[in-house]
Amino acid sequence: MVTRIAVVGLGKMGLSHLSIARAIDGVDVVGLCDSASYLRSVIGKYTGTETFGDYSKMLDRQAPDGVIVATPTRLHAPMVREALERGIAVFCEKPFCLTAAQSTEMVALAEAHGLVTQVGYHNRFVGTFAEVKRLLDLRAIGDVTHGLAEAYGPVVLKHQHGTWRSSKNEGGGALYDYAAHPLNLINWYLGRPDGVGGTVLHSVFSDETDDEVSSTMLFPDRATVQLSVNWSDESVRKMTTRISLWGTSGRITADRQEIRVYLRGGAELPEGYVRGWNVRDTTELTPPVQFYLRGEEYSAQLEQFAANVEVGRLGGTNDMASALVTDQCIELLMEDNRRAGFFGLTDSPMPLEPKARRSWYRPGRSHGRGENG
Amino acid sequence: MMDRVVFGDNQFFGVNHHSEAKAAEQLIQFQRIEAITGLLEQAYDVGLRTFMCTTHERIAEVVEHFKIESARYPEFVYYPCMPYAHKYANAVTEDGMLGALRRFVPASGFLDAAFRGVASVTRKDIEGVITLLVDAEMKMFAGATTPVIWLQNVVTDLLLGMGFDEAFRVFDEHVRKRYGAEPGFITMNLPMLAARLNGIGIDNPIICSNINKIGFRMSGGIEAYQAALERHSFRAVAMSVFASGAIPADEAISWVCEQPNIESIVFGASSRRNIVNTLDLVLKYSS
Repeated sequence: MVTRIAVVGLGKMGLSHLSIARAIDGVDVVGLCDSASYLRSVIGKYTGTETFGDYSKMLDRQAPDGVIVATPTRLHAPMVREALERGIAVFCEKPFCLTAAQSTEMVALAEAHGLVTQVGYHNRFVGTFAEVKRLLDLRAIGDVTHGLAEAYGPVVLKHQHGTWRSSKNEGGGALYDYAAHPLNLINWYLGRPDGVGGTVLHSVFSDETDDEVSSTMLFPDRATVQLSVNWSDESVRKMTTRISLWGTSGRITADRQEIRVYLRGGAELPEGYVRGWNVRDTTELTPPVQFYLRGEEYSAQLEQFAANVEVGRLGGTNDMASALVTDQCIELLMEDNRRAGFFGLTDSPMPLEPKARRSWYRPGRSHGRGENG
Repeated sequence: MMDRVVFGDNQFFGVNHHSEAKAAEQLIQFQRIEAITGLLEQAYDVGLRTFMCTTHERIAEVVEHFKIESARYPEFVYYPCMPYAHKYANAVTEDGMLGALRRFVPASGFLDAAFRGVASVTRKDIEGVITLLVDAEMKMFAGATTPVIWLQNVVTDLLLGMGFDEAFRVFDEHVRKRYGAEPGFITMNLPMLAARLNGIGIDNPIICSNINKIGFRMSGGIEAYQAALERHSFRAVAMSVFASGAIPADEAISWVCEQPNIESIVFGASSRRNIVNTLDLVLKYSS
């Protein structure tokens, strides 16, 4: 059986998905769609894939089994809706939709049609981060009491403007582009928070969007998680996501390469783990993939999507319902930032007025979020 | 003929597939350019002659250094690997696809076509973009010896997956014609790439890929790699032979030296002692 896949949006992520999808077994890429005619011309001519400038026409003409949506985020909801209404499975880039309301609508639509869905939170396919999930499910560190969720990288290093990523209406900003990743991992590990507090969305260089995010998330059973995100950090070579969790029986720190686990013992130790420090890395934790492009996780997520579409298996890792939780968290953070609750030494509210702290979210105005990555 | 052992540059730029903490330490260790050139001088003194390096902006300083010291290091040569992908990836994030192109290849016919919204792009336009990008990356090596010029795996494998074979031909032709060098291709998908390059008429290409005992990042599987090496339709360079430190050095080198038809081994190290150890092992198991 061959799964027939179409791709819309030939940006960085779209091209990467196209390359992987074409290379893995059991997938046939039957259509590409982008608004830029020069791109369609080049890709169509040199890869021999049929290209379209009109998304609806592509879906009607090619009738794919699944579509990969890798367009700017404001286009996610309308494009996902069109596909689902035609009975087509959807892989959508992260973050999922502009608002949690839209995400909720998509989840309901997919459920009504019984369709396979997936969102591109690729970190859940990284061996080390998956190992954290496995250890938590085994209760290896007992009850989680505290966490630190971090992401740093060198994206916006100077004053800039110009693309949809720097526009609040289309959805740029470190919250959407960067913070979504550690948030999504925390949702995987601890579920949905009861609330958030002390959120500050800071601009460092950007005119309209945030470059730094900090917040405290409060989970059921009283666990707290600090969120610390900065995409204006030149000191790291590329995006670095790190999760640390403290529990009653130990602690875990994980990044893409390595997981370090301290276990107090007492409770049953997971197989292969000892009391005290345990260090395991990606070379032993990452299963091989058929085709490697930028990391096993990018291939593994598409392998799962294609396999699920082929047999109609619902609810795999990163279905839209799970991505909705992350969208809800993003909205909570924006709202908390807007309210700007803060206790100072004096009784006057906030040494940092919302305007002074260059917050970009305003209620009642449309706001977006960044795609991809 | 390539050297049996080639020195790599991951350690200099914080690339470590094993540990982000280790990568950060190495960035600090090699922050000063003298730390990099100093280790390269030591590598030369113990017999290494070839430095395989990305076109990271700091390499320009290395090239300058060894130009000045050419009397003492006359046989020092470079294998440039291009592009330094993060530079382009960040540019696309900042400026979008067209903006990035405008930044890096301001004078190409392709860009004109793109802005005019022309729906047909010719091979000449594609050639124009690729050759301009290659020439821009090669600027820092002006006056240096570059016998092999590599296409980095992110680009090789992106094109491989997409089926954009024409770009391989353009790269191959341009590197031979303009630089009198051998084109090389780095990949994480050796069996697939070797078959593809042979299929489009690029005979006996130089291909660099992970080749290690545990099959780490050897997509297609270790058996397919060994079968490809047996067929020998390309010149093999092995990298990541230690699988980022997952295999003990002696075991790693003895295994890789048993594999057929591997012309060169590229490795990185951050001390003279580690360089010497690896060289000794290669010598021991190659005879």
